[in-house]
Amino acid sequence: MDAPLDPQAAAVAKIPLVANDRSMDWVTEKVSTIVEARTPFWWWVAFLITSPIAVFGLCCIAYQISTGVGVWGENHPVGWAWDITNFVFWIGIGHAGTLISAILFLTRQKWRTSINRASEAMTLFAVICAAIFPGIHVGRVWMAWFLAPVPWYEGVWPNFRSPLLWDVFAVSTYFTVSVLFWYTGLVPDLATLRDRATSRVKKFFFTVFALGWRGSNRNWRHYEMAYLILAGISTPLVLSVHSVVSFDFATSVIPGWHTTIFPPYFVAGAIFGGFAMVLTILLPARVLYPQLRDLITKQHIDRMCKIILLTGSLVGYAYAMEFFTAWYGGNPYEKWLFLRNRLADPFFIGPALHITPAPYWWAYWCMITCNVLSPQVFWFKKCRYNLWVVFIIVNFVNAGMWFERFVIIVTSIERDFLPSMWHMYHPTWVEQGTFLGTFGIFLSLFLLFMRYLPMIAMSEIKTVLPEGDPHGAHQGHKTGGAV
Amino acid sequence: MNATAEQPKVYAIAAEFPTVAALYHAAEQIRDAGFKKWDVYTPFPVHGMDKAMGLGKSWLSAVVLCGGITGLLIAVVLEGYPSLIDYQTVVHGKPTDWATVPAFVPIFFELTILCTAFTIVFTLMVMSQLPRWNHPMFNWERFSRVGDNGFFLAIEARDPKFSEDKTRSLLESIGGNHVTLIHD
Repeated sequence: MDAPLDPQAAAVAKIPLVANDRSMDWVTEKVSTIVEARTPFWWWVAFLITSPIAVFGLCCIAYQISTGVGVWGENHPVGWAWDITNFVFWIGIGHAGTLISAILFLTRQKWRTSINRASEAMTLFAVICAAIFPGIHVGRVWMAWFLAPVPWYEGVWPNFRSPLLWDVFAVSTYFTVSVLFWYTGLVPDLATLRDRATSRVKKFFFTVFALGWRGSNRNWRHYEMAYLILAGISTPLVLSVHSVVSFDFATSVIPGWHTTIFPPYFVAGAIFGGFAMVLTILLPARVLYPQLRDLITKQHIDRMCKIILLTGSLVGYAYAMEFFTAWYGGNPYEKWLFLRNRLADPFFIGPALHITPAPYWWAYWCMITCNVLSPQVFWFKKCRYNLWVVFIIVNFVNAGMWFERFVIIVTSIERDFLPSMWHMYHPTWVEQGTFLGTFGIFLSLFLLFMRYLPMIAMSEIKTVLPEGDPHGAHQGHKTGGAV
Repeated sequence: MNATAEQPKVYAIAAEFPTVAALYHAAEQIRDAGFKKWDVYTPFPVHGMDKAMGLGKSWLSAVVLCGGITGLLIAVVLEGYPSLIDYQTVVHGKPTDWATVPAFVPIFFELTILCTAFTIVFTLMVMSQLPRWNHPMFNWERFSRVGDNGFFLAIEARDPKFSEDKTRSLLESIGGNHVTLIHD
């Protein structure tokens, strides 16, 4: 702020959410020109890298469907492996968007306005990637409609008491509601782009998708109520989706899966991994579009880092609690599994307890290092404000969250009750290619989104500008803008 | 403006205001002057504008509640009829009686949310009379800034208190700029 404040006022003054005192016109101009300007060279380079990866992934899927699930490394007893790991990984990433748009809206966290649009888009793309895996995992993909609640086969209905069917409903509801929420938020911004459009084609498309929105307050009145209720229903929804995903495991009898702590543990992990992915995407976007730096300020990044620190520590607590329960609960199978399938490394714990190291000890310790230890640097403000540190740590978190799902799924079943069945799991190139392909799909969709839709919610960000305050700005106060 | 029509019908008289605060105070004065068919146009939802315009709470929530209850009832029938009455499937030798109803709760919840969300969006469209292809306000050149930083107030011709001269001078007296007649 340029205006001199008296020291007392300066002490309590908050950092404005939009840096450098930008005007409404500046916001409209800078956000819209991302969509309106010529496609930048770097965009083509990036897209020409990500889209072949996406196509390769789709080829892997086609090969798997045409040949059979045998092209994957899964077998008894490891019937769920990379496919379900990747499903849970992506669906978890999809949680940050709705958390930002719904929960932070209800808790009046105004800083969400800069990041909600991009995060919601990220949510949709992550859920698309997630939905691929259970679909192709069923093996006979052409029978996937058995999941639908209709008496298709000899009058038999799907088993509504099965968590796998709950999952079908939870994920499809989540995706649909996220699309509706995202689109409702987009309408006023599409209207802005419609009014600015110069070419006939653009004008036509924006006219269609802006639905004739004209910023009428009689419409805003219903719009705000609609947005509030959408946020209200999305809040329990986002908490329910990963809870239902965790029921897939928690309601089974497998040691390591049969755990009552799973729903909150999964939800905390999802928010943790989701925010990490939001930062992974927004930090480069901020470099490529420097005008975004006044909208997505270091203050925003700082707050996201704090959420990562909080949820990372919650996840660490959940890991510790699982071990405590395994030991204190007295179930010998569970105790055996946690010690010998996960914890025992070949250097310290294994030799100290005279037990053979766990086959996947490295996966377990990768998870602990990336998810619990690495975010602890965010206790320090210097680290939260150093974008290189943030970028490196959030990528550790991305990797760590993938390892978490791998550890939960594979290490619980690769050595189960019957030692004659023990079998090490190795992924084949098809599984690896499919997983890589989902990154291609995710990034390609995000690049298209950046190019063709406003990636910052202009109409929302204007409400947090001092200029947008109907009660203060005209008297020379700067009441708006800070949280 | 409609060039082909001989005498285009007047839709409204509109003014632009320099700031959101000016628009807010203008809205309060138009409300107090007793106008009914009028509206303000802003790039973002203005805090407190409903009160300044004398509008009550939106009824959208009541419709949405009905939508949510419908979703719940659909889920109750969808799960209850096949699983308890029509075709009880025994899986893993587990029971299929009334005591299994808690296993239906996740889908009760999900379908309630799904129907609520669709009701919200469709009710929003119906109550806002959207989608529409065009609107008389778009005939005004300055109005293209409504999504950027333009603040507009329009009093419709069908308002009983509307009169071209008096309304124009009223809008000018409360600080409106570029007071313009909007044609259909």
